[in-house]
Amino acid sequence: MSDNKNIDQHTGTETTDHEWDGVKELNTPMPKWWIGIFYISILWAVGYAVAMPAIPLLNGYTKGLFGWSDRVKVAEAIDEMHAERAVNAQALIGAGITQIENNPELLRFATEQGKALFGDNCETCHGKRGLGVVGYPNLNDDIWIWGGSFDEIKYSINYGIRAAHDDTRLSTMMAYGRDEILEPKQIDDLVQYVLQLSGQTSDGAASMRGATLFAENCTSCHAVDGTGSRENGAPNLTDAEWLYAGDAKTVRASIFDGRNGVMPNWNERLREEQIAALTFYVHSDLGGGE
Amino acid sequence: MNSLHDFMEKRAFALMVGILLTVMVGGIVQIAPLYYIDSTIEEVDGMRPYSPLELAGQDIYVREGCYTCHSQMIRPLRDEIERYGHYSLAAESMYDRPFLWGSKRTGPDLARVGGKYTDDWHVMHMSEPRKAVPDSVMPPYAFLATTKLNYANFGAHLKAQKALRVPYTDEMVRLAASDIETQVNPDADDVDAFLARYPKAQVRNFDGQADITEMDAIIAYMQILGTLVDFDEYEANIKDNSR
Ligand code: HEC
Ligand code: HEC
Ligand code: HEC
Repeated sequence: MSDNKNIDQHTGTETTDHEWDGVKELNTPMPKWWIGIFYISILWAVGYAVAMPAIPLLNGYTKGLFGWSDRVKVAEAIDEMHAERAVNAQALIGAGITQIENNPELLRFATEQGKALFGDNCETCHGKRGLGVVGYPNLNDDIWIWGGSFDEIKYSINYGIRAAHDDTRLSTMMAYGRDEILEPKQIDDLVQYVLQLSGQTSDGAASMRGATLFAENCTSCHAVDGTGSRENGAPNLTDAEWLYAGDAKTVRASIFDGRNGVMPNWNERLREEQIAALTFYVHSDLGGGE
Repeated sequence: MNSLHDFMEKRAFALMVGILLTVMVGGIVQIAPLYYIDSTIEEVDGMRPYSPLELAGQDIYVREGCYTCHSQMIRPLRDEIERYGHYSLAAESMYDRPFLWGSKRTGPDLARVGGKYTDDWHVMHMSEPRKAVPDSVMPPYAFLATTKLNYANFGAHLKAQKALRVPYTDEMVRLAASDIETQVNPDADDVDAFLARYPKAQVRNFDGQADITEMDAIIAYMQILGTLVDFDEYEANIKDNSR
């Protein structure tokens, strides 16, 4: 710097020679530790560029001394996870309810996995803890549309319901009104009959007419007494539990427009042991399993 | 050294030029290689440009700022892969203009949301998220179901994408508007030709209404996300694909 160094009298520090109204700016040097870190970080950057993939070349990039690759690392981490879980996962795939319940280690594994997977994949449709939302069945009660045994639940999860899979569960609740299979008047009568079936107040005369129509049109799926059939995925119409709702307006909509709820198949998204854990969770933790 | 420091510190213009040069070097080193190194984009089968309806959905996604709450980028981390599926490949967003990786996850990552839910669920969730998830903070987008999609001139949009090097053919540009109508109508005459242009596109009435609405578009877009690359065929471990 310039020759004529000015030293501030009070602090003994060099000044920058800038002066404003008699006040001079001190030229305090950076603290040594700060400068030290600054140089170390430059060295670190050089070292990092040598050790890790960093510098682009004409046909690629330098792989670095460590040959680090995020994708290789994560593949290793996943293999490691599968190896850790292999024993339990393998045991879970073939296991039935009793085998899981009698093996504390397997029980813990199935419950933890099932709970986490249910939260990630199922609660958005089936509601918190599987308590159900209109159109998405409650999985806690012992009312099942397609079946509540371990195997039936597993089938529902694997292949879905009216889903894009060849083995999916199929059945169609027709749009009796929209497709003009029945007259609007007849549908009104059927609504009254369904209300009567489920023990709600209904118009007696209309319900009588509805009973005949029901026998003619609906019993093949919903059974003669209206209790439904699992084979056809047709819900029980005589109880207080509804997939959609039991008020006259909604029942009318169900019959008029038909209903065809879709549950995706999970066998392509989830692994076999994950499906098994979910089945156990739905069957035993949420409860109502048969 | 000190005198250079002294010089730069006292001259705004010199400092500006210095900063510019420094940033330029950083920029060139980071950006230029992406144009000439082949290995930045993996070799995969199945990627294709978005169908016009999907592209319209992507426009709505951008317009509504969905990317401010949702990412479309599954990072190569174990827990993320366990939750969302295979990590995202560069190839999967190679036809995104702009790319929508996002950097904020108020909601979940959407890179592989295609096929996870049904159309009905999307309609319910988009119209009123709290019906599906009681404590959701996602805003409702019910108006999408009542807003007709404006697609009469959609060919021009494909042309713009083409100018940005998305490989749309002249035929695709010409048929853009009619392809939108085809994708929501499984009974249309040219479904097969449409599927030949856009393999794996899903053809159906997405929102269940007669009109072609913005809801159709956004759901068509949601349902295609992450479904194009067949990961059974993708070899993560061959040399060009591991990085
Ligand atoms: C897109 C929404 C959706 C998602 C996500 C979903 N489900 Fe479902 N699920 C449904 C619908 C709708 C039904 C009823 C189908 C019908 O109408 O018969 C159903 C039915 C079921 C059934 C049969 C119930 C019965 O009474 O027979 C089971 C079991 C089930 N789901 C489990 C699951 C599990 C486990 C998951 C998570 C892996 C899951 N679901 C995710 C929509 C969904
Ligand atoms: C081909 C079989 C089939 C026939 C015939 C049929 N249903 Fe259904 N029904 C179903 C199925 C399957 C469901 C459940 C739809 C779903 O899961 O989304 C259902 C659902 C319903 C529901 C809604 C139940 C709820 O819990 O919300 C009502 C009400 C109903 N049917 C009434 C009728 C009436 C009345 C008739 C005769 C006019 C009839 N169904 C004929 C299969 C049938
Ligand atoms: C304010 C932030 C916010 C905005 C903006 C937002 N979302 Fe969401 N989104 C969420 C949150 C939080 C969730 C998780 C809870 C839920 O499912 O509602 C979510 C969930 C979702 C899901 C379900 C994902 C899954 O795997 O369960 C989809 C699909 C979705 N959003 C689409 C959209 C679309 C499309 C838009 C733009 C039109 C959008 N979101 C805008 C916050 C947001």
